[in-house]
Formats: sequence, C-alpha cells, structure tokens
Amino acid sequence: MRDSDFGLRRLHSLLGIIPIGLFLTQHLIINHFATQGVEAFNTASDFMGNLPFVLWLEWIVIYIPLMFHAFFGLYIAFTAKPNTNRYGTYRNWMFFLQRITGVFLVIFIAWHIWQTRIQKALGADVDFDMMADIFANPFMIVFYVLGVISATFHFANGFWSFLVTWGITQSPRSQRISTFVMMGLFLVLSVIGLRAIFAFV
Amino acid sequence: MAENAVKERNEATAAKTVQFKIQRQDSPESSPYWETFNVPYRQNMNVISALMEIRRNPVNSEGKATSPIQWEMNCLEEVCGACSMVINGRPRQSCTALVDQLTQPITLEPMRTFPVVRDLVVDREVMFDSLKKVKAWVPIDGTYDLGEGPRMPERKRQWAYELSKCMTCGVCLEACPNVNDKTNFIGPALISQVRLFNSHPTGAMNRDERLDALMQDGGLAECGNSQNCVVACPKGIPLTTSIAAMNRAASVYSFKRFFGSDHMVD
Repeated sequence: MRDSDFGLRRLHSLLGIIPIGLFLTQHLIINHFATQGVEAFNTASDFMGNLPFVLWLEWIVIYIPLMFHAFFGLYIAFTAKPNTNRYGTYRNWMFFLQRITGVFLVIFIAWHIWQTRIQKALGADVDFDMMADIFANPFMIVFYVLGVISATFHFANGFWSFLVTWGITQSPRSQRISTFVMMGLFLVLSVIGLRAIFAFV
Repeated sequence: MAENAVKERNEATAAKTVQFKIQRQDSPESSPYWETFNVPYRQNMNVISALMEIRRNPVNSEGKATSPIQWEMNCLEEVCGACSMVINGRPRQSCTALVDQLTQPITLEPMRTFPVVRDLVVDREVMFDSLKKVKAWVPIDGTYDLGEGPRMPERKRQWAYELSKCMTCGVCLEACPNVNDKTNFIGPALISQVRLFNSHPTGAMNRDERLDALMQDGGLAECGNSQNCVVACPKGIPLTTSIAAMNRAASVYSFKRFFGSDHMVD
C-alpha cells in the first residue's frame, strides 16, 4: 500500500460520493414511498428489486465500492488519535464524529444487509410487511434511526471533506459556506430518511 | 522614589508563588512521572524564566532536592521553535507563554508526537527529514553561472512571506490527530512548505518533484481535515488553505501525469 497510498485515499474520497452517496440519496428517496402507503412502497421496491442486470448493478454500484470504502475507512479511523478534549473546535468534532459514524455504519449496514438483502436471497419477500415486522421491535427503531442519521451525517460531512480533498474549496470562506450547504443536505436527507422509518411503525 | 516603588513591588510579590506541574522523563526509554514545583512569582515572568528559577534552585514542592529540568530554548522571541512544549494541554512556545495569562497549576509536558529525549526535550528530526523528502528548497547550484532567476511580483512576495514564517516548531504536528506513531503523515507544516517553494518563481521549476514527494505514503492524502493545525499555529500560517491548495495542485498534476503527454513541469 506504500506508493499507491495517495491513489487509494483519493479513491476512498471519490467512492464516498460516487456511487455510495448517490446510492444513499436514491435509497432514502425510494424508502420515502412508504409514507404514501403499502401499495406505493411495494411498487417502488419491486421496481428496484427487479431492474435488469440487478445483480451486476448491485455488485458494481453498491457492494464493491461500499466494501472498499468501509474497510479502508476502518483503517483510516483506527490510525487516528482524536483529541477533541484538547481542541474542542467545530471541525475537530466533525473529524471525530466522521470516524465514529463510519465505524457504526459498518456494523449497521452489515446488519441491514443481513436483515433485508440476504433474507431476500434466502427466499423472503422485501416489502412493506418485512420492514413493519422489523420495526415491531422498538430496539430496531432506535437502531435504524441511529443508522439513518449516521449515514446522512457521514455523507454530508464527507461531501465537505471531498470538496477540500480534491482542492475545490480552498479559501476559508468557501469552506465555511460549504459547511452550511452540507448542514442543509444533512437535515434534508435526515428528514426524508426518518419520515420513511416512521411510516412503517 | 523609584527604588521604593521597586522595593514595594518586590515585597508584594515575594510571598506569591506559582505552581508548576511538570511531566518528567529521565531517559528516552524510561517511563514519565509528574513533579510539582512552587516557584517564587516575579512580575511578567514567562514559563522559561520559571524553568530557569527551578534550575537555579531544583527543589520540588515537597522540599526535596531533585535534578534540574531539561528543556530547549534559543531565540526567546518565538521565531526559532526550539522551546515548544505542551503548556496547560496545548502545544506552544514556552518563551511567549506568560505566567500571568495561564491558569495554575501550570502543567508542562513534552510534545509526545516526537521522541522524548529527556524531560521537556524532544527530538524533532523527523520534520527535518521530511523537509528533505519534499525538497523544501530552491535549487540554484549548477556547473556554470545560471544568471538571475525570474522576478517575483512584490504582492506575491508579501503573501509568500507569511508562509515563510514557519519555524518547523512541530506544534501543528502535535495538534494533528493524524500525526502519530500509527501513521507516516509528515504533517501540515511540510505541506505548506511545498506551497511556499512551488510558488517561488525559481522554485516552481521543480514543482513536479515536490508534488511527487507529497503524493507518496505519509503525504498530502493523509490529512483528515480536523483543521487543528491552523488553530494551533503560533505564526498564524494559513495551513488549511495551503493543504487545500496543494490538494488542487496534486489533483491537476495527477490528471496531467496520467492523461497528459510527457511534460514534466507544465
């Protein structure tokens, strides 16, 4: 990993936005059909689940980039020594939370894939009832709420770092403005995600 | 009259002491321990004058004689970086750390990002090695007189002067969560130095070499954007702007290198 480190880290930054961030946004928007009733959600979920070449799409757009981002991200998270007690600044907290939410998301997404996609492969139907059953357990509601908020935060804050990492926002002013834009993105995506969760409850 | 005033002031401050809690370490391998000192207060004293007082009379707060504390210092005006240490939890220069502005007990620790030599003395050689790695100089040597280089616009010179204030003190590395024994990250100061030398009209003739060095393991990409460096820097160097600027330069350079022709510099 020595000389290719720069390329791997840039790839890690890029994959977080394209395709993972785009997929997250699309996933939360499709979920939002649940607020329009059982029928609307099942139609949308059937459409997504029966796309042509769905397995290819899943592996290329989701699993491979997500696994790289997750495992390389764990390496990045565990080689940092957070020091928010020394510097309690906004950015230093964001740095810390980015790593905390990242590690939590590896656990949450592994569980989420087991509970939905792998159950589908084992013969279960992914539909409104499946999610309603999952959310019959109050612990699962809490777990999924934390999962969705972690994901939207990690994406929005990661988008901010992406802009710095690729040299798009350089000046303190542009970085400050993109902080506000990303806060907005975090709020909007969180509301969309949480509305979908509570539609199943 | 003036003599009386001095005498009065000395009497008023004679009873006052300043408490120091200092993390000590006898050798690079031995484990650290804390020792407390009560130093007689003098007006306008800084951390270094207190350390000098302890050196003059090395007795700890329990009244036991101990070895004098080892620390490094040189310029005493915050331009050399030698006296950097962690004061009340934050890395900074001890020469400009005024006792009147610090809460007591004043804690002093070495900057543990670097190997500790003894007490507050650390070995900052890793930074000087990194400066060599990123070629932080303007090469002008040749086998014949190369003549004058291109002129630098005055406005640019004034801007570059701010970046040149870096004294390689190590405070930004100590503040950075990504500079530690688990990573090879060279740290914010070094990235800013590449920006300084790549902005120099003659230095720019070798800018691809410096960018190549920044794109190695432990380089630019290991920045995690916690932005502690720009908060910690005693010289107010815009380190995070430098990092983002080098990120852009590295993006452009890597695209050119991959998709472009066989040009080296441009």
